[in-house]
Amino acid sequence: MPRGERTGRRVMAQIAMVMNLDKCIGCHTCSVTCKQAWTNRDGMEYVWFNNVETRPGQGYPRRYEDQKKWRGGWELNRRGALKLKNGGRIKSLLEIFSNPKLPEIKDYYEPWTYEYRNLTDAPLGDDYPVAEPRSLISGKPMKIEWSSNWDDNLGGATEHGHLDPMVAKTRQQAAEKVKFAFEQTFMFYLPRICEHCLNPACVASCPSGAMYKREEDGIVLVDQDHCRGWRKCVTGCPYKKVYFNHRTGKAEKCTMCYPRIEVGLPTVCSETCVGRLRYLGVILYDPDKVTAAASEPDEHKLYQAQLDVFLDPEDPEVRRDAERSGISYDWIEAARRSPVHALISTYKVALPLHPEYRTLPMVWYIPPLSPVVDALTETGHDGEDAANLFGAIDTLRIPLEYLAEIFTAGDVGPVRSSLEKLAAMRAHMRAINLGDTPDSSVARSVGMSGPEIEEMYRLLAIAKYEDRYVIPTAAVADARRLEESALPELSDSCSLDFEGGPGMGGDGPFGQDSGRKQLPLVTIENFHALRDRQTADREPSAAEKAHAAEEDDQ
Amino acid sequence: MKTLLWGVLPYIAFVLLVAGTIWRYRYDKFGWTTRSSQVYESKLLNIASPMFHYGILFVLVGHLVGLFLPESWTEKAGVSEHTYHLFSLYGGTAAGVLLVLGILLLLYRRRTNTPVFRATTANDKLMYLVLFAAIVLGMVAKLTHASGDGYNYRDSIAPWARSLFTLRPDIDRMTGVPVLYEIHAVVGMVLFALVPFTRLIHMFSAPLQYLFRPYVVYRARDPERVGARPERRGWERTGS
Repeated sequence: MPRGERTGRRVMAQIAMVMNLDKCIGCHTCSVTCKQAWTNRDGMEYVWFNNVETRPGQGYPRRYEDQKKWRGGWELNRRGALKLKNGGRIKSLLEIFSNPKLPEIKDYYEPWTYEYRNLTDAPLGDDYPVAEPRSLISGKPMKIEWSSNWDDNLGGATEHGHLDPMVAKTRQQAAEKVKFAFEQTFMFYLPRICEHCLNPACVASCPSGAMYKREEDGIVLVDQDHCRGWRKCVTGCPYKKVYFNHRTGKAEKCTMCYPRIEVGLPTVCSETCVGRLRYLGVILYDPDKVTAAASEPDEHKLYQAQLDVFLDPEDPEVRRDAERSGISYDWIEAARRSPVHALISTYKVALPLHPEYRTLPMVWYIPPLSPVVDALTETGHDGEDAANLFGAIDTLRIPLEYLAEIFTAGDVGPVRSSLEKLAAMRAHMRAINLGDTPDSSVARSVGMSGPEIEEMYRLLAIAKYEDRYVIPTAAVADARRLEESALPELSDSCSLDFEGGPGMGGDGPFGQDSGRKQLPLVTIENFHALRDRQTADREPSAAEKAHAAEEDDQ
Repeated sequence: MKTLLWGVLPYIAFVLLVAGTIWRYRYDKFGWTTRSSQVYESKLLNIASPMFHYGILFVLVGHLVGLFLPESWTEKAGVSEHTYHLFSLYGGTAAGVLLVLGILLLLYRRRTNTPVFRATTANDKLMYLVLFAAIVLGMVAKLTHASGDGYNYRDSIAPWARSLFTLRPDIDRMTGVPVLYEIHAVVGMVLFALVPFTRLIHMFSAPLQYLFRPYVVYRARDPERVGARPERRGWERTGS
């Protein structure tokens, strides 16, 4: 890839994700399918590349957001330059013989299985046999005390709700706002994967240089052949999304399902998401602005600083620079249609997770609004009336301050603005559904136009599969580079299969077997072809097949 | 017997060390790791592991000075045999105590902590045995010959060790060496030979390059690896 040409700025592309928290029902389907796909192995029993946390809650591993203890992410030194929170390179090497800040397995949870054999092998007796839990780590009987989602749905929140580091922070500013009494409390779900950051602290902490960010799509990976098991990445990642495989002695992490992304399929967690709340798409950004953005001294401005790193693919100059930086036409077009770019930069409803860690995360979240409507309706008000909604945002059951601690380093402004847009969308769309003329002042009050709101509604509420996932394939991007190795594949496809052509069809979004069934209308097999196939030592080529078909016709 | 121990064994150990390391690098990069057990238990490890590792680094420096810095050089620098002996006795013993305490703690941890013990392979056990023997024998040899000016190995063992590099090992130098030193040297050579085949291999991946590289590493995708994997040698499909 021709990079670093003097003319113009450099542009890089990243596959990013947005999750719409309003839609998350906390079913853990994403976690389970991810586990089945990636971490159902020895040494990875305790690992969840994708996990769903109930907030308020301690998260997984417990209290991972407490960076005073775990020392993840970056901070600014006295001169205002970025440095790893866990210390510089020399300190890191001096501490290489043991990592004092490494979470133990018990900070995640001790994985277990059950002694199922008891159920079938127990001798006849008066008592029912019991399948005892057994630790997968020590092999001994154990008492189950915690798991990856032990505090699911606020389980035990009255007792340890205060252990959520973000609750503690929120209470410093608005003590009365976080309550755990049953009738006053609140909750929402936060699904988490690796953030595939623009300024990844795990990559920076790896002494071996085994972790890297892919140039083509920004996915952060661990080279399993070069990882030497120093465990610095586990400490470096403030989201604690790099895990140590205790069987192989290597670090492993969420791969953004890159084998699927490369062929244009969404990640397993996105594909199987019941609420259809995940969006995947391309974001173009300026890599030379990353360090400056991450070094922004004011934590509240980090959100805006990261927005400024992103480039607008509608800008022809950006497109020209992107092309010059070696990004293929396909990817640039995908960036223009990117739902992620729309939600983050155009509508500005999505927010980053913990920008204060200065890693410039690339999995963003639309904050949850839902409970406000029900709450308003219960008090006898019109829950979807714009005026009522706007007024209620500041008295939401989920306190703005708490959301701000999670998404904007404590600045309530962007969170309020995002929720107001969602509220405006509800008011606007209700008017349309009831056949009224929507009040254009509602849209204007959140800085949007009616058609814009309707477009956002289409993306957020209708959320068609093709709109949620706009993923350019790696093969097409690489076609020019690969030439012979990739292009013959293309020549196999139907020549009528161009846009709007008679053969237009291709595979449905879920692959060949999904959606409408494409049964052949005519018999493909014919006598000569069958005979040739059965008697030949090798598969006949396309030309031979055609010849055989001709013979057959005669 | 003497030829075998002091003329052949060193070369066997050296060949195994070098060839074994190359073999491991080529065929078992995935297994090349510290295989840390810190996620199971970290309190003891945080004390014992730095003790052991810093101890063994000091001991390594001591061995290098003792074996490869000729006596004539230190004498020219104005260091008498007596001063050298005291320095080596106290410095070496301090490092040795650190090392022995470290490995004792590590062994205790490995035996008593169930998850750690479960993660210990037969290979690890053999390695620990040889490593522990080498360390303890070294300490014992040093301390039993501590009185007066001690045993001056720089007259005998050190010249022999240097002569190994000339490919004409001076075996005669090893006559009259106390038997404890002899056993220590043999066990040490066995340990060298074991390095590539055990987890000790991680000593060769000391990540000094970390000091000089940029923080964030970018890598381009291997174009060969997009789509289907290329066929490996010996696994080509017929007719291609």
